[in-house]
Amino acid sequence: MICIVDYGMGNLQSVANALEAIGAKAQISSDPAVLRAADKLILPGVGAFGEAMARLRERDLINPLDEEVKELHKPILGICLGMQLLADVSFEHGEHRGLGWIPGEVRRIDAAGPRTHEGHALRVPHIGWSAVVTHGRSALLEKMPPEPTFYFVHSFQLVAKDPAVVTGTCDYGGPLTAVVEHGHVLGTQFHPEKSQKAGLQLLRNFVAWEGAR
Amino acid sequence: MLKKRLIPCLLLKNGLLVRSEKFSIHQILGNPIHEVERFNHWSVDELVYLDITPDGDAGYDLRRDDMRVKDVADPLDILEDVSKTCFMPLTWGGRIRSIADMRERFRRGADKITLNTAAVENPDLLVEGSRAFGAQAMVVSMDVKRLADGRCEVLTRGGKKSTGLTPTDWAREVERLGAGEIFLNSIDRDGCARGYDLELIKSVVAATSVPVIACGGVGRYEDFVAGIRAGASAVSAANIFHFKELSDRGAKRVMRAGGVDVRSPQ
Repeated sequence: MICIVDYGMGNLQSVANALEAIGAKAQISSDPAVLRAADKLILPGVGAFGEAMARLRERDLINPLDEEVKELHKPILGICLGMQLLADVSFEHGEHRGLGWIPGEVRRIDAAGPRTHEGHALRVPHIGWSAVVTHGRSALLEKMPPEPTFYFVHSFQLVAKDPAVVTGTCDYGGPLTAVVEHGHVLGTQFHPEKSQKAGLQLLRNFVAWEGAR
Repeated sequence: MLKKRLIPCLLLKNGLLVRSEKFSIHQILGNPIHEVERFNHWSVDELVYLDITPDGDAGYDLRRDDMRVKDVADPLDILEDVSKTCFMPLTWGGRIRSIADMRERFRRGADKITLNTAAVENPDLLVEGSRAFGAQAMVVSMDVKRLADGRCEVLTRGGKKSTGLTPTDWAREVERLGAGEIFLNSIDRDGCARGYDLELIKSVVAATSVPVIACGGVGRYEDFVAGIRAGASAVSAANIFHFKELSDRGAKRVMRAGGVDVRSPQ
């Protein structure tokens, strides 16, 4: 069973719908007992970083999550904001500590600097479909159609300290972190549950994931 | 780079799918529930559903025998049904007047909501919505009419009420208030198949830095290309998707041939 961690942020039902479509058993919950019983965790999330961490604290989820992920090495997939929460710190509306499972920080996409290839200024938020390029070996991006595209919607991005954990990027005036794989801590900046076939394949890959190589 | 998006816009009135012309003629096309499966498997990039039932006209007439539909009283049931198999972003608009209304729509499967009349009449609602759900979930829809002297004005209440706002000023304002995208519709072009109002698109794109979704007037696939060339981040239409077979693939093919970077059918 996969536990979709419910901390009151984001459209959890669409993640559950996608898992149901690929035949995976899932449960939406914030109960530590369900977290414990789950084989894998998904940390979704839409909204602001600071508020998300506050909600995790309010619901007393930080310690149970730490136990499952840090001590029991339970595989976890962070989606969108859920992936950003895996980092040490975010600079969205101030400075907020994250879960700290992936060394790195979350910074605003630099709209003032780079321009698109057509020479237009970048529009932020980065909303829409982008092709994702694989770097090194990625378990999440296996068995994809050629040039898979995924749906992104975000204004901030995770900048990992160790570039080797970034296994997928998309291009937006320069590379943006799209997929991270750090041992059993995994994340996608895009929404696989909203990325049609490629997204469902990525979720299948996570469901089938048996450990880092 | 970001692909340019193709977004069918589905209009619901009293719980039925309709086609619209100049915001005044609404012709019933059928029951949305029957079309869900087809729309959800389209080779498009997002879906926008707009409930254009006027306020105070909540008689959802879904028991009509000629439509042979099951008894559905609430259009949000349609939303829930759509979201179950819609693995692409889903925007829901119409009749949203409070944070509770937004929350309800997100809970039932919407990824974004769109405000139109409510944003003009109660701008705080946009501010609060953006704070609660994030700018990325807030689309402001604006219905624009070209006046006799060529100037443009934003109208609300389904194109019936004057606001005195110009589209460029209002676009700048909604971006400041927390809109993540602007859905720009031309009342004059609605249902007329004469192509987008390209000048309008250019002016709003130049006024803001958030993505602009163009709508209103598409009669042929080439119109989508023109909308993108005018600066839109995404192009939307309603009627063409109902009246042409395989219009999703056809539109993408023509866009690609026109040099637009679109997502391949997957």
